[in-house]
Amino acid sequence: MAIKQRKLELGVLVASLALVTSCKREDRPFQTSAPSAEAIQFTRMTDFRAGGPSISGNQPSPAMSADETPEEKEFEENAYMVGEGKRLFSAFNCVGCHAHGGGGMGPALIDDQWIYGHEPAQIFCTIIEGRPNGMPSFGGKIPSFQVWQLASYVRSLGGLVPGDAAPGRDDDMHGGPPENSAPNQKPNDSSLPKSAEMPK
Amino acid sequence: MPYPLDVPAAESSDPVWSEANLREHILLEQTWRRPPGIYGWLTATNHKDIGLRFIVTAFIVFLMAGVLAFIMRLQLAVPENTLVGPDLYNELFTVHGTAMMFLFAVPVMEGMGLYLVPLMVGTRNVSFPRLLNYSYYIYLGSVLLLFVGFFLNVGPDVGWFAYTPLSGPEYSSGKRVDLWSQVVTLAEISSLAGAVEIVTTVFKQRAPGMSLNRIPLFVWSQLVTAFMIIFAMPAVMLCSNMLSTDRLAHINTQFYNPAEGGDPLLWQHLFWFFAHPEVYIIFIPATGFISTIVETFAGRRAFGYTLLVLSMVATSFIGFGVWVHHMFATPLPQLGQGLFTASSLMITIPNGIQFFCWIATMWGGRLKLTLPFAWVLSFFLIFTIGGLTGVMLASMSIDQQVHDTYFVVAHLHYVLIGGAIFPLFGAFYYWFPKWTGRMLGAKLGWVNLALMFIGFNLTFFPMHTLGLLGMPRRIYTYFRESGWAERNFAATVGAGVLGLSVLMFLVNVLISRRSGLLAGSNPWGASTLEWATSSPPPSYNFLHPPMVRSGHPLWFDPPDTPVVTGLALEHREVLVTTTHDAKPHHRYHMASEAWETVALAVVTIVMIVSVVFHSLAIPVGLPLILLVLAIWFWPTKETKPLKDPNRLRTVPATVPMIPDPA
Amino acid sequence: MIAAATARWATLADNDFGVTSGEWVRGTKSVLDPAGPQSGRIHQLFLDYFWLSVVVYVLVVLFVIFAVILRRRRARWTGPILAEPAPSREKLRGWLVGLATLATTIALFFLLAGDHAAGRAIRSLSTDNALKIRVTGHQWWWEFRFEDEAPSKIFTTANEIHIPVGRTIEVELHSPDVIHSFWVPNLHGKRDMIPGHPTRIAFRADKASEYWGQCAEFCGYEHAKMRFRVVAEPEEKFNAWKAAQLQSSVQPATDSQKKGQYVFLHTTCVMCHTIQGTTAGAMMGPDLTHLASRKTIAAGSLPNKRGHLAGWISNPQTIKPGVRMPANSLPPDQLQALLDYLEILK
Repeated sequence: MAIKQRKLELGVLVASLALVTSCKREDRPFQTSAPSAEAIQFTRMTDFRAGGPSISGNQPSPAMSADETPEEKEFEENAYMVGEGKRLFSAFNCVGCHAHGGGGMGPALIDDQWIYGHEPAQIFCTIIEGRPNGMPSFGGKIPSFQVWQLASYVRSLGGLVPGDAAPGRDDDMHGGPPENSAPNQKPNDSSLPKSAEMPK
Repeated sequence: MPYPLDVPAAESSDPVWSEANLREHILLEQTWRRPPGIYGWLTATNHKDIGLRFIVTAFIVFLMAGVLAFIMRLQLAVPENTLVGPDLYNELFTVHGTAMMFLFAVPVMEGMGLYLVPLMVGTRNVSFPRLLNYSYYIYLGSVLLLFVGFFLNVGPDVGWFAYTPLSGPEYSSGKRVDLWSQVVTLAEISSLAGAVEIVTTVFKQRAPGMSLNRIPLFVWSQLVTAFMIIFAMPAVMLCSNMLSTDRLAHINTQFYNPAEGGDPLLWQHLFWFFAHPEVYIIFIPATGFISTIVETFAGRRAFGYTLLVLSMVATSFIGFGVWVHHMFATPLPQLGQGLFTASSLMITIPNGIQFFCWIATMWGGRLKLTLPFAWVLSFFLIFTIGGLTGVMLASMSIDQQVHDTYFVVAHLHYVLIGGAIFPLFGAFYYWFPKWTGRMLGAKLGWVNLALMFIGFNLTFFPMHTLGLLGMPRRIYTYFRESGWAERNFAATVGAGVLGLSVLMFLVNVLISRRSGLLAGSNPWGASTLEWATSSPPPSYNFLHPPMVRSGHPLWFDPPDTPVVTGLALEHREVLVTTTHDAKPHHRYHMASEAWETVALAVVTIVMIVSVVFHSLAIPVGLPLILLVLAIWFWPTKETKPLKDPNRLRTVPATVPMIPDPA
Repeated sequence: MIAAATARWATLADNDFGVTSGEWVRGTKSVLDPAGPQSGRIHQLFLDYFWLSVVVYVLVVLFVIFAVILRRRRARWTGPILAEPAPSREKLRGWLVGLATLATTIALFFLLAGDHAAGRAIRSLSTDNALKIRVTGHQWWWEFRFEDEAPSKIFTTANEIHIPVGRTIEVELHSPDVIHSFWVPNLHGKRDMIPGHPTRIAFRADKASEYWGQCAEFCGYEHAKMRFRVVAEPEEKFNAWKAAQLQSSVQPATDSQKKGQYVFLHTTCVMCHTIQGTTAGAMMGPDLTHLASRKTIAAGSLPNKRGHLAGWISNPQTIKPGVRMPANSLPPDQLQALLDYLEILK
């Protein structure tokens, strides 16, 4: 009886060992292998730049190099990366224009309106390149790894990240429902910002 | 007038029956045995079955958590080692601590109690057999949840104590902490159920004549522990569930958020209010083992029975009043902390009284140096060191230097391993014959003890110095010039020896189960009632439940002490006695196996595991639980109580309480 | 694995940082090596408790061992068990147990009184003319702000402080994230830094030396490598250090240093670090204004040498996996220029 017990439990353990790689949400991908030393090529879309002109300068290029587009799913379904994005969102003062998603000087990020696209690569480009009407270009200032973290977090603000990976409430004053309690939304890519509308 | 008990080892374990008794035996066996097949195995309610399941499962947890600790020691053997990174290391020490404290130490003590207490008090089963079955599956669920989670990389990584805000929603991403919280919930449900069993069985089902002052010391220790469990465990269930609600989507409470009126210190208070009694929950059953083993091998009743009982009770009471000594480094008011220094020092007194009584027993008896007794002697050598470093830690001023260093790691292992595990192994060697009918091998046993003693001290003694040299806890590596390398290396070597000793024990168990010396019913010449039946006991424990006239029935009760006859043979019936003097009160029809217990366990586990991921699990799961509970407790004809005072009587024994040797 | 471990074991005496032991650390970080009044008092109390414990342990062990030796059942046991023990002997044992309990209680009272007295002494260090430092624990580095009544005399540094010998230091402890614990074993007991519970302790160094401090409450991935240095020195040397810290950053002179400053201000560094006297004013990471005046970097994890700094800047995750600072891929010439600049920030 006791031996049967033990066999049953060993069996369960072995089966679960087989699933070792299956939980991507909980990985902690510290970037322990050095990233490539080449700066990524991008086209800057605005003269606003965080912290002054970048060293890499303006190199016109149509697309990003292939190895700079990691598996977006890995980031998005990875709770640690989204959590880091949340930390960086405050640290790099995105909240200065976007508040905690509600918007202010910048557009709201918690709604379903995505002016420049809701895909992770599109948000990545928005952050790196900057956008007209005030979005600074962070290329050369925030390493790509962190920009991917920010992009996943921005998606979580818009309700596009699975609930169990999205971050919970801050240890701060209560502002509104945290990202894991926000409703999942269907993104709408086609709206024009108010400032771009023709005056009546 | 004591009668001779040093019976030579029996040639067979089977008792000898007279014809009348044989008929009773067959009927009782049919009534009380487990239903055949997989159904019976799943729904087992016999306290011996479930008790052994708790013990075996807990031992497997012990092995797995020990392997995790060994990996930690490998990482710390040399400075700046790269075997294990910080993330995995955090998971290792968290799962090691959680498994050892919640899933090994308490369940193994409860398992010992569940097996031995009904036998020692002279009844046939625990009070709530189906609850027992349910509690085992809940425990199994928590073990699987923790370890499967660990292998899936969702094992907790914030320490077994999970301080907020590190374990809160902002600083711990993902589901790791939520999983930990539900492991704790499941483990506590199981422990609470076991505690309730013990309390009710001890208070209401004792053999006639076993008044409170005749209860064996082991049973007292289990009773005191059960009460501690009942009062302490709700605190940790509460704080871990509060942490869950802080973290879960759509609930988002603010219990530990200082910006919204919460407090990280609240977690510490609630957690340590549970966790300090927890260590006494682990230690007091071990004092029960020691009292029993010292009595048996000193050949005399323990000195100071009343003192020993009151010491256990006092320890348990004071144990609820010392928790702040885990928080001496926090900015709590100094006067309050000073009071806790006083209470933490005070708890040494009942502990000391127990020591003095045991030593007096040894000096007043004739000692037989058997293996179980040798394990108890190791306890004296090791636990005393742990207790004395505990006195140092009780001092608020000293603690401010050594808190959260390896000095505390050394202390806690000296008291937990020295104070609980060495007696536990002694108890294994002592009661293995009763469980299996065979003795554990003596030669292997002595090697086991020697290796464990050496390995343990080599591992943990250097840690005292490491703590004093400034090595903090919970670090995945340390720097070369810190001066900590040699002692860490020694500790790793010791850990290897310790692991080897545990393996030796396993080998001993596996060999002895097949080819150990046959034990007979009372190989040690002990005095308590479990030795009055065969080894292993039949499913119904005693052919005729005994009556007792002293606290050491097998030593001091005359051979013609009456036994209880007249309990029903065709259905499960036990005798319920009064709480104080154990006078027979009524016969109680005990429930038999039911599929509802397994179903309820499955529903509970599924609900609790789902809570990790979504809070909807509660409103969906609770009605299901209520449904299964309703089905379980739906009144049937069978459960109406029978009260027929004429059938119940006690008669002079027609057989001695133990069968004659062949 | 074993071979690697033994190889490491063999080289434990030397380190490969290219510095001698004397530069890397002086003095043992130890509770048993007190350098101030509080740690001295605790050390004294510890010794009292320790020696009493030794006496108690020896007594207990002797009683147990002698019980086994003297009261052992020698012959093969064939007779009946002992009847009731002799009442007079039981009474004697009763008295002895009572005596032992009384002795225990009295000893515990003495221990309690000792602790109480030590606690009061530790807390009653005079804070006249105290040097006030505000310590903020971050995941996983230390921010120190030297307070002063005149705002122009306030300065911020990270991971290393100098203090004057013989003067009381009053530290105010804060944490904005998780629980940390401020602990310099040679000088004072530890105090937890709990969000929402700012607290303060006062201590004093009576010996000029360098002491290690360490975070002593588990705070996440790099809790193991969250150390800080406390340099206790004579008042004049301290004043000189303080005056240097109050200065703005050294301006670059050579071309390479100028390029290095340019690299600092126009790549990722500027997003998180402050260097007074430049446009870099971010507060996410340690203040680097006087980086070159510190003996160590990365919260005491590495000596402050060019090679280590290069490795740290290129990828801190290889040294402290999980740390907040990201990997920075700089072309080699930019990295060298940056290092040239950072080396002048004394």
